[in-house]
Amino acid sequence: MSRTKIHDVTVEAPPQLVREQDDEPLVIAGREFNSRLIVGTGKYADDEVMIAAIRASGAEMVTVAVRRVDLARREGILHVLDPHEFFLLPNTAGCFTAEEAMRYARLGHAAGFNDWVKLEVIGDRDTLLPDTQATVEAARLLATEGFKVMAYTNDDLITALRLEEAGCAAVMPLASPIGSGLGVVNPYFIREIKRRLSVPVIVDAGVGTASDACITMEQGVDGVLMNTALAAAEDPVAMAHAMRHAVRAGRLAYRAGRMPAREIAVPSSPSRGMLD
Amino acid sequence: MNTIRVQLNGKEADVPGGLTVRGLLETLELEPGLVVVERNLEILSRTRYDEIPVREGDTLELVHFVGGG
Repeated sequence: MSRTKIHDVTVEAPPQLVREQDDEPLVIAGREFNSRLIVGTGKYADDEVMIAAIRASGAEMVTVAVRRVDLARREGILHVLDPHEFFLLPNTAGCFTAEEAMRYARLGHAAGFNDWVKLEVIGDRDTLLPDTQATVEAARLLATEGFKVMAYTNDDLITALRLEEAGCAAVMPLASPIGSGLGVVNPYFIREIKRRLSVPVIVDAGVGTASDACITMEQGVDGVLMNTALAAAEDPVAMAHAMRHAVRAGRLAYRAGRMPAREIAVPSSPSRGMLD
Repeated sequence: MNTIRVQLNGKEADVPGGLTVRGLLETLELEPGLVVVERNLEILSRTRYDEIPVREGDTLELVHFVGGG
């Protein structure tokens, strides 16, 4: 059975890129972003699909990793990704100590694009859960150096508060473990973090499909960051298109204010006026 | 041609002597604008690639951006 792929048709850029009249832009460290979706660039099988997926997602900010140049192959992502088209957010993925993460952050900064960093200090190889103590320590030092730090963390309120206090530009609790696609496992904690922090809260990691992104945004957070959900979809471009709408739908639903959930039925049609 | 031994991206490598950092990048066919060079744990400013010599025993890390999440 053949499947119609969205990237076989033209995926149009949204009109006048999305300063949607019914939403404010996402503002992080004084910089406005018109999309509340941030996407990664890892794990794509094909560069062209990656670029098409990022465009279809409507994301303005994209994450990149810092790695040794492969001297046999030479090409990095900037050979295919135009840094003028997207705002690059270098990450410290793969780092296990504060010192290591700081080294990677400085290397990313030296690439010459901006002074932002997606701080990630991993504490455990199996779950890829963060070392929150090391993350707070690195965040504080990097913020002091002038970095705009967007810190990946778990869904723990106390750590989120510490990260804000350490000077982070945004705090990024996980929905569920990196690459798991399990969706938001603890919406209550995500809501609580959002309720208590003043800096933007971006949910980073764990989103698997469009409904996950929508549910995430319905918690009232400022944005979502995802990579594997797009890169590992059967059709990344089509999934990116779905995610763009899901993030927007979730945001609008949050702003609309949902009806209270209740465990009894209430008829939608009048009970009066029925025939005898 | 005289060569010097350096540690290059984690491996021992023999490179021509007398090169600057820019010269080394050119020898390796790398675009200086897309590579960040760390020499002996110090990140080098691109504006200094022309003046900084590569020396015997240097530990050099050449990094760039790759896809990541």
